[in-house]
Amino acid sequence: MAQVSIRKIHKVYDGDVQAVKGIDLEIADHEFVVLVGPSGCGKSTTLRMIAGLEEISSGDILIGNRVVNDVPPRNRDIAMVFQNYALYPHLSVFDNMAFGLKLRKFSRAEIKRRVDEAARILDIASLLDRKPKALSGGQRQRVAMGRAIVRNPLVFLFDEPLSNLDAKLRVQMRTEIKLVHQKVNTTTVYVTHDQVEAMTLADRVVVMNQGIIEQVGPPQELYHHPKTRFVAGFIGSPAMNFLPCHVVQHGDGLAARVDETIVLSIPAARRDRYMPFKDKAMTVGLRPEHMTEIRANGKPGLERIDVRVDVVEPMGMETMVHFMVGRDAMCARIDPNTPAKANAMLPLQADMNNMHLIDPDSGRVV
Amino acid sequence: MCAMSTAVAEPGAVPIRDRSMRRERRWALWGSYIALTVFAFIFLIPPIYTVITSLKTSTEISSRQGSPWLVQNPVLDNFLELAADAHFQAFFWNSIKITVVVVILSMVISILAAFALARMRFWGSAALATGVFLTYLVPESLLFIPMFQIVGSLGLMNSTWCLVLLYPTLTVPFCTWIMIGYFSSIPKELDEAALIDGASYLQMLVKIFIPVAMPGIIAATIFAFTVSWGQFLYPLAFLFSSDQMVLTVGIVTELIRGASAGDHLRIPHGLLHFRPDRRCHQGLTGVNKKLENRQGRTPWPRFRSARSTRSMTAMCRR
Amino acid sequence: MVQATVLQAELETPRKSEVEQVGGLHRLIRRRSTLAFLMTLPLILVIVGLVAWPSVYSIYLSMLNKKMTAFVGIDNFTFLLKRSTFQMVIFQTCFFAIVAVIAKALIGFVLAHLMHNIPSKTQRVYRGLLLLPWVIPAAMSTLTWWWLFDPSYSAFNWALNVFGFPSVPWLGETWWARFSVILVNVWIGAPFFMIMYLAALKSVPEQLYEAAAIDGATAWQKLIHITLPMMRNIIAITILFSLILTFANFDIVRILTNGGPQDQTHLFSTYAFQVGIQSGDIPLGAAVSLFMLPLLAIFAYFILSGVNRRTREEM
Repeated sequence: MAQVSIRKIHKVYDGDVQAVKGIDLEIADHEFVVLVGPSGCGKSTTLRMIAGLEEISSGDILIGNRVVNDVPPRNRDIAMVFQNYALYPHLSVFDNMAFGLKLRKFSRAEIKRRVDEAARILDIASLLDRKPKALSGGQRQRVAMGRAIVRNPLVFLFDEPLSNLDAKLRVQMRTEIKLVHQKVNTTTVYVTHDQVEAMTLADRVVVMNQGIIEQVGPPQELYHHPKTRFVAGFIGSPAMNFLPCHVVQHGDGLAARVDETIVLSIPAARRDRYMPFKDKAMTVGLRPEHMTEIRANGKPGLERIDVRVDVVEPMGMETMVHFMVGRDAMCARIDPNTPAKANAMLPLQADMNNMHLIDPDSGRVV
Repeated sequence: MCAMSTAVAEPGAVPIRDRSMRRERRWALWGSYIALTVFAFIFLIPPIYTVITSLKTSTEISSRQGSPWLVQNPVLDNFLELAADAHFQAFFWNSIKITVVVVILSMVISILAAFALARMRFWGSAALATGVFLTYLVPESLLFIPMFQIVGSLGLMNSTWCLVLLYPTLTVPFCTWIMIGYFSSIPKELDEAALIDGASYLQMLVKIFIPVAMPGIIAATIFAFTVSWGQFLYPLAFLFSSDQMVLTVGIVTELIRGASAGDHLRIPHGLLHFRPDRRCHQGLTGVNKKLENRQGRTPWPRFRSARSTRSMTAMCRR
Repeated sequence: MVQATVLQAELETPRKSEVEQVGGLHRLIRRRSTLAFLMTLPLILVIVGLVAWPSVYSIYLSMLNKKMTAFVGIDNFTFLLKRSTFQMVIFQTCFFAIVAVIAKALIGFVLAHLMHNIPSKTQRVYRGLLLLPWVIPAAMSTLTWWWLFDPSYSAFNWALNVFGFPSVPWLGETWWARFSVILVNVWIGAPFFMIMYLAALKSVPEQLYEAAAIDGATAWQKLIHITLPMMRNIIAITILFSLILTFANFDIVRILTNGGPQDQTHLFSTYAFQVGIQSGDIPLGAAVSLFMLPLLAIFAYFILSGVNRRTREEM
């Protein structure tokens, strides 16, 4: 177990393509860190640089206080789980897991002990004699994890391991990965494009976009206090609603003026914070879960909006309604018992206590 | 599970540099280039030597002065002489005649048969397909003796037309096999769409299968051409007189065995005429590229392996 | 109401052609197998008439006497087996085939690895250059080699002499002649192995090598534990194929040495030609050829099972 330090890492490919543009990250010992972001944001490249599968253009990577820039992968004491499992097709499950140990000349007894232990943790003890082609996707993924566990490395690296599984299996495996981490407790760097995985698995989430880090923090912090528009729109499913508006004087306080008909009062508590942006064009961010049907509870900060419903999506435990405000598509989460029909009007309340105000020029949440 | 497998350096971040990965990779790259260039040089020695010798005059060759690897006075006389030689012209014409007819014949037989085997399930089609494969494995050095008897009794001895009859045994099995592979990889939905549009089986073959499988057809044609053009054993066994003789045997026998010392020297010039053109070469490498491309992407994985063995045997005729 | 009647009218007219179509379909199905048979008929004729029948005929021929007037059973075979020349032919053919194929496989394997290391653009250039020996008709390039080996004019000997080495009797002395014949066969055949192995190398997923690198494998260990096992099938199949075709090789020996010196480089095919066609003893020649059959059959069997095994193996 060791900490991982990433200091001012750049990665440039031939032709001046900058995949990673200066990343700094300190990962503590035993921590589970998830790198998340859309395709092409540089998360896989960063992971592969930690693994030694890509050369570092500039900067340093330290594993356990040791600079590993020029150290080949086999000497970095890491283990990796690939998206396509990368199991050796001609070896049995046991031999797949034992491969790295055999190369390092471990005794047969020690190899058997470790493989059995890992198989027990992952519940694949009955599969040890099979070849990979006789396994299902979920089983193969577990064997790949087993291969990593037996090595007892300093760091686990996961490269989108659940992307090849169907949705239901993905949910199941997510829980298993978390359980394994609780048992084995190795420092883990996990890459995914799925923000749900990031939120559920991580101690800290690193949101990346176009080669840079947008924000680092525990999942709840990213959810409640996103620092940039990108993070605000990326974290949370369904995504946050964004409404262009003007911040205007409204009585004693401020309000977000979307158009003539929709003026949303800003809670008094934020008045001072947003005062510098008075009369500026800004963007209001509001999560769907904070736009609900009218609930009579008299809390301050609730604004009423009447909308014409376009699409109703009953999900069982909630219903999503989609509508337009001006030219922006928006989405609200209402109680399933509330009657909502397409092309009918529906009164909604927006919980402005949970609003975010975004400066459209800088993309920062103010 | 708690034993640490490696010791960790004390804090203070002393950089331990193993052999640089970049240096290792560069060394491997340059080493490969050097080795490949050496091999290429070795592989090219005979053709280069042929070119050099063909530019020499007879006197220069027989004088044996100086390096045989260099040309003192390059001349094109040998080419001109050869082109004007009546024997040579006869050889050339015979070879072309036979090869063209055989290629056309082979392709017609193969395409028809491959289409039937690939698309129309009928009793015995699997056995026939295996039979085609096995036929390819029967070498000509096994068949030429009985064929000698048969050809003789048919009265076709010493005629170029007997070769036209015989060469398909060498070309048809493999061409059929290659075409079966290509035809099988065409999605069945295309057939069904064509049937609904009102096409008959023959129309399907001509309008859909042949255009779509054109790379395979080209590869098979090139293969048939190469085999026919370079055939040596059959013409040697079945043809005697110069006017019927084919280029390969003609060059070897007429110009060498039983020829005067002066004629010995005309060999190299002749050789240069038989280099197959670049397209043939490209086509063959193209087949292999097709192999590579298809290996990762065919939706029917079983043909991934089957096709590799197919093209393998194609190239195997050496 | 108007809609209903129009609809009904539309429904009635197609029915007649539907019936026609069904009838036509029956005919088509019945015709399909005859059509298929007709299309494969030429192929069947070629296989039966030009391959199967002569093979059987060959067996019959081998059991006749020299003038082909009487049936002598296996006398030709026993006669051949007693002759020391023929015993040497058996040895020479096996030696030639095995050594040449092993050399081709090794060189092809090494070349494939070297090619795999360099970037794709330059790969194409080298591939073109290295394919040349295989592209040129074998008989023609063998002629060049013959000229390069000629006792009087050999350019190789000239080069050796320049460096102070004595001239080599490339085709004149038994073991040198055998070496030369194998050398030419390897020169011609190695590019094929290179191409096949290169394609197989490219089909091994890169991620397996990455996983092995992380597991701790050196380059050599990657070769032994990943490359070779993944290529096992292709290696086996190419070697078997090449064994069959090298075994039956005719052109090279015929042109370079014609079996000499003193029949020390004869293969089954060239010896059969000499005995059967040049000396005019057809049955004996047929017998010589047929000696190839058992070994070819064994190789063919292994190839077929290998191909089937490979087509069944799914990842």
